[in-house]
Amino acid sequence: MAEGTNTQSPWDYSDAPDSTHVDIAKKYQLYIGGKFVSPKSRSWFATTNPANEQKLADIASAGKADVNIAVLAAKRALPSWSKLSGCERGKYLFAIARRIQERAREFAILETMDGGKPIKESRDVDIPLAAQHFFYHAGWADKLEYAFPGRAVKPVGVCGQIIPWNFPLLMAAWKLAPALACGNTCVLKPAETTSLTALRLAEVFEEVGLPPGVVNIVTGAGETGAAIVNHPNIQKVAFTGSTEVGKLIMSQTAGSGKSLTLELGGKSANIIFADAAIDQAIEGIVSGIYFNQGHVCCAGSRLFVEEPILDTVIRKLKHRLKSLRVGDPLDKNTDVGAINSKAQLKTIQHYIDVGEDEGATYHSCQTERLPSKGHWCHPCFFTDVQPSHTIAREEIFGPVLSVMSFRTPEEALMRANNTPYGLAAGVWTEKGAKIFDIARQLDAGVIWCNTYNKFDASSPFGGVKESGFGREGGMQGLRPYVKLQGAMS
Amino acid sequence: MLPSVDSVMLEQRAQSFAKRSIKNESKMQGLRLVLSMIDLTTLEGKDSAEKVKSLCKKAVHLYEGELAEPLPHVAAVCVYPSLVKVAKKALEGSGVNVASVATGFPSGQYPIDVRIGDVKKAVSAGADEIDMVINRGAFLAGNYKKVKDEIARVKNSCGNAHLKIILETGELETYDHVRFASDLAIEAATEAGKISDGEVFIKTSTGKVSPAATLPVTLVMLEAIRDFYDATGVRIGMKPAGGIKTAKQALHYLVMVKETLGDEWLSPHLFRFGASSLANDVLRQIVKQTTGHYPAGYDFSEA
Repeated sequence: MAEGTNTQSPWDYSDAPDSTHVDIAKKYQLYIGGKFVSPKSRSWFATTNPANEQKLADIASAGKADVNIAVLAAKRALPSWSKLSGCERGKYLFAIARRIQERAREFAILETMDGGKPIKESRDVDIPLAAQHFFYHAGWADKLEYAFPGRAVKPVGVCGQIIPWNFPLLMAAWKLAPALACGNTCVLKPAETTSLTALRLAEVFEEVGLPPGVVNIVTGAGETGAAIVNHPNIQKVAFTGSTEVGKLIMSQTAGSGKSLTLELGGKSANIIFADAAIDQAIEGIVSGIYFNQGHVCCAGSRLFVEEPILDTVIRKLKHRLKSLRVGDPLDKNTDVGAINSKAQLKTIQHYIDVGEDEGATYHSCQTERLPSKGHWCHPCFFTDVQPSHTIAREEIFGPVLSVMSFRTPEEALMRANNTPYGLAAGVWTEKGAKIFDIARQLDAGVIWCNTYNKFDASSPFGGVKESGFGREGGMQGLRPYVKLQGAMS
Repeated sequence: MLPSVDSVMLEQRAQSFAKRSIKNESKMQGLRLVLSMIDLTTLEGKDSAEKVKSLCKKAVHLYEGELAEPLPHVAAVCVYPSLVKVAKKALEGSGVNVASVATGFPSGQYPIDVRIGDVKKAVSAGADEIDMVINRGAFLAGNYKKVKDEIARVKNSCGNAHLKIILETGELETYDHVRFASDLAIEAATEAGKISDGEVFIKTSTGKVSPAATLPVTLVMLEAIRDFYDATGVRIGMKPAGGIKTAKQALHYLVMVKETLGDEWLSPHLFRFGASSLANDVLRQIVKQTTGHYPAGYDFSEA
């Protein structure tokens, strides 16, 4: 055969780091009433890059007084914003979407530096989808009466919105876009580890001339969130985060007249039947659990495989894991980035230890050397998992998969539904009838068939059971942000 | 149960290979590897002995300009059977193989005896490699046994020549067909006796039908090769052909091979590109990477 390769060592990819030339200020103030203002609390906290533990900036910590000012600013802005014609509101949303697109690269780099997710994901998923949400809702702003035919549509009022750290800008878009389209004003609190892109979004609001007070961004930890939830002038609370905090918010808002939507934890089942396209199902497993380091509320963290193909699936999954590149999130070839925070890494490691203690078998790919600094976790999975094991019941929020098997569809359904959660599920079979049969019987808000973790602004997202209630995205996602009154007047 | 293929995640995975960033050293090393994997091809009715001779010259000396590190030669020159002798003579002692299409290429619409005769003649003329076409008519009619038997007969007629089995995926259309035809071809060619690594290749296309090679189609075939290796330990080769025109595209294929089959397959022994214009674009990129500027098209010989 032909000779002539000059290659001694196997061919590999060189480092392909994206630049970090994005301006980051030393300090970030609160964005209230259209201005950046210092916190009355006089307190600040640091935000760090989880990939190298270097401090990026100081962020204002909003106290009760700051939240109060923000809510009042939103309240003041409400009458004129809600009276603006839908068409005019749509123009603002459209301009925001365009501006996010124009500044996409900057947003992507910032998101990756602050949160640890691979640049590939922030560039190709987070930022484009965030822009899409604004585009999509720009379209609804002047068509609300078609979304709710025969009813008069009014905004709810001042919305308090609390978002998580796994998709910082995208979650801000999910919350703000429908609220603004429907004529509400907002007080948004980003998660404390990932405030930077939300604050950069505030710059976009300034650039497009969004009226002061329509969106206010208050940064801080749980106490800031509590101040928003409990403020008497908040008419609606939207929360995405843990089930534990969700329950707390639900009890705090009970009887207050505030409307509430919650998008909480999950332990979603990914069910692979023997008649599935196995190589593609492997892709679904990978994007189900290792996407965004597994920091995904709808992560397919429980894998159920029909027994005859269990060994094949495990073999192929092991092989696939070898090509996952873990490391510097800013490298364009990185597939799995840094764990968002030290605390989260500790949680994940705890679950991995518990998994081994309870008798499950740990598998991971350890081919790449990890940087010495930063928070890292090798993508991994467990076999020999029993449904009663802790790792099969509790949300880990990391790149840790539990692999289990089943023999009949009934058993698959029984095991999949045997959880307090009900956010998402995946079904893999090439039989159309089976897809519908199984999907119909799964207790989950979102069900993907022969794919996983696909998102679109026009598709409603949300859970059942302890995964929360209310939908975001699509026509259904408008409902929590409107008051419907009798017949159209 | 027959393995089935689902287009959504297949295409998503195929697209992910094109997102790998290949720069600097990695790019240079990859481009040289690509050159060494090319089956420099001319398959036209108007092919002449002169054209084949100049193609052979190019196969051995890809670039006339000065480069610090000498370039590898391509893997093979691929011609019609009538020109095998010319190519064989021109490439003597060069290390470049002569590949010949046969079995009534490109349609395969001839009696089996004629197709087998075609193979035997090409082999006796000195072809080191035979690129055969499968009987797509029989395949699409569901006559799989016939397709398989014919492949087995061709394999038996190859002697020491290596065999590449062209599925013509553009005519098979569905990914399921591509997967099934891949398995069928591999099985047929390995049924008669034990084969060595790289003795049998599966190949996407003749280059005469569009679409020819694509990333997802090639991925389906690579997965068939991987499953066969997992089951038997034997390495089948892969050759995407047709439609791969740029260095960038070729690097995407290398990424796909690396991540699907492993470094073992990153060798002309197990992976080839069937292409006529790819070599010049790769050369252009190598010169650019070396000198900092793009040379003009006329700086490279056409054949």
